[in-house]
Amino acid sequence: MNNETEPAAEPAPRAVGAQVATPYRLVSEEGLAPRAPTGGGAAARRVLPAFRAAYGFTSQYFPAILLVAIALTILGVYHSGGLTLMGQQVRNALVLGAIYALIAIGYTMVYGIIELINFAHGDVFALSGFYAIVIAEALGLDKLATSGLGGLLVALIVLFTLSMIAAGLTGMLIERVAYRRLRDAPRVAPLITAIGVSFLIEGFLLVFFGPDNVATNKANWITGNAFSAGGVAVGFKDIFVVGIALVLMFALGAFVRGTKLGKAMRSTAQDRAAALLCGININRTIALTFFIGSALAAAGAIVYSINYGDVQWNLGFRLGIIAFTAAVLGGIGNIVGAGIGGFLIGIIYVFGGSLAGGEWAESLIFAVLVLILTFRPVGLFGIDVGTRA
Amino acid sequence: MTATAPAPPVAQGDAPKPALLELRAIDVFYGRIQALRSVSLDVADGEIVALIGSNGAGKTTTLHTISGLIHPSRGEIYLRGQRINTLGAERIARLGVGHSPEGRRLFQRMTVRENLEMGAYARRDREGMRDDYERVYTLFPRLRERHSQLAGSLSGGEQQMVAIGRALMSAPSVLLLDEPSLGLAPVLVDVIFEVIREINAKGTTILLIEQNARLALKNANRAYVLETGSISLSGPAEELLNSPAVQRAYLGV
Ligand SMILES: Nc1ncnc2c1ncn2[C@@H]1O[C@H](COP(=O)(O)OP(=O)(O)OP(=O)(O)O)[C@@H](O)[C@H]1O
Ligand SMILES: [Mg+2]
Repeated sequence: MNNETEPAAEPAPRAVGAQVATPYRLVSEEGLAPRAPTGGGAAARRVLPAFRAAYGFTSQYFPAILLVAIALTILGVYHSGGLTLMGQQVRNALVLGAIYALIAIGYTMVYGIIELINFAHGDVFALSGFYAIVIAEALGLDKLATSGLGGLLVALIVLFTLSMIAAGLTGMLIERVAYRRLRDAPRVAPLITAIGVSFLIEGFLLVFFGPDNVATNKANWITGNAFSAGGVAVGFKDIFVVGIALVLMFALGAFVRGTKLGKAMRSTAQDRAAALLCGININRTIALTFFIGSALAAAGAIVYSINYGDVQWNLGFRLGIIAFTAAVLGGIGNIVGAGIGGFLIGIIYVFGGSLAGGEWAESLIFAVLVLILTFRPVGLFGIDVGTRA
Repeated sequence: MTATAPAPPVAQGDAPKPALLELRAIDVFYGRIQALRSVSLDVADGEIVALIGSNGAGKTTTLHTISGLIHPSRGEIYLRGQRINTLGAERIARLGVGHSPEGRRLFQRMTVRENLEMGAYARRDREGMRDDYERVYTLFPRLRERHSQLAGSLSGGEQQMVAIGRALMSAPSVLLLDEPSLGLAPVLVDVIFEVIREINAKGTTILLIEQNARLALKNANRAYVLETGSISLSGPAEELLNSPAVQRAYLGV
């Protein structure tokens, strides 16, 4: 035998020791790839090819099918309510979508870096809404904000800064206490502690703030109409909500793409062991991911407070699942996808609800979630986009 | 950490050099399976040392243990006299151990340039870094052409270049290479080994794993043979190349 020639095949990379799990860690892509349904029996064998073909078609053209469905829904709203209703709903959908997008990014970033569905994230969003109430009350921001444009600006800057820091630290604390030690445990373990943390936060909010709606005192911070077109009044508030979301998302994008820390986050997400070998402090990097995700949720909570005027202890549960659907729609782990997914879900929620009745809006979102998980678990944009975390 | 200086190793052949890296009686377990049994080896400043052995002998485990990805249950590891076996991988990397791991493990969705940047993550000396990018691009002109391509879309050979380049970018005092020739065409293997010798000539110490024992022994100063978790033979590479035991087991003579 001549050993001079090399073995042609590469051995499959394998796990190496306690701290190191699968080599290409971002998302276990096999797990997310669409699976053909399996089944047995003679009848099944006859039906199956057709079924498979239909499944394959739906899976492949899922984004197009979804967009067509959304377009038809919008047309339906136009048909029933005319241009004015349609315009108003576009405005509502963008405002709601901006909030979903801000929350969805936190789900996707955390999943991207440690493959955990952070069930507590929605509750961090709700908690941040209460942080904002407490902070504004303590510093007299509500009075300042309504005293004029200058006061409003100062109040907003102070409120965003402090709430986002408080939420970010909360996120880091949750990671440190509930997830870090389970990082290499079987995946259900941190999932269960995540649910535990979620209950903990909800219980805390219920005990301290009660079961009723809590007024944020921020509904009157931003008032007035910026313009109106075709009977659709667009308030400064609406522009503010969408604007904040877009600015923060682009800032995050620039951070993740261009800065050293952002690159450390991406490399840790892609291969944790290799990141360690590069001298990257992965604990700090993961903590930073939680900080940023939670801080964005806090920004979402503030714009929610300003827009809707009150918050509830279980707000995180309700919005959390919807925002999570947005993250899955955009391809979990994909930051840009989560942003786009947020706006799409906002559109589906508002227009679907407008057409089918508001009480159906949430069911519709869950139907979308089930459909994505069945037909297109990788999300609208597939796996190989450079925009992944 | 208090650092007890290890006794200077006696290098066979040449005059004794100070040990840059020293493993003393390392035991490593995966669960209840013992992968390394009392492995001792040393690498002197400026050497190329090869670690050979058949599949599953524990070569990769040895490198992972040095880098701190796995911790030994017994034994000590010293880098320039400082005990490192209790430190985390990230600290060890910062102390000057560069590691091009088995399977390359590039950041697939990052560009070639970004992969190299990550290699230099812990560094602050801008000038030295600029020189080192230049050095990597000179060693592997291919990478300069491809610097903005995603690493995952490179050919296997190019990926190996990035893996070595990334490890080099940390300006390591010792470079661990895990099967750098794996899966490459013979021409490219020659290129890679030429580069390895060049890197070594510029002062970087190298600990090298190779399946291809002949190739390893021809390029190394000294070598260790690992057999099911323990060192069975060691000595100057040339001696091992001519040793009947090695020839029978690893060189297919
Ligand atoms: N993460 C792990 N869990 C359990 N056992 C492991 C693990 N990694 C390695 N081993 C075992 O430890 C032994 C040594 O493996 P190692 O990867 O170090 O071998 P190697 O010499 O590098 O082999 P190769 O030449 O095939 O790369 C093998 O028996 C292997 O099965
Ligand atoms: Mg190996």
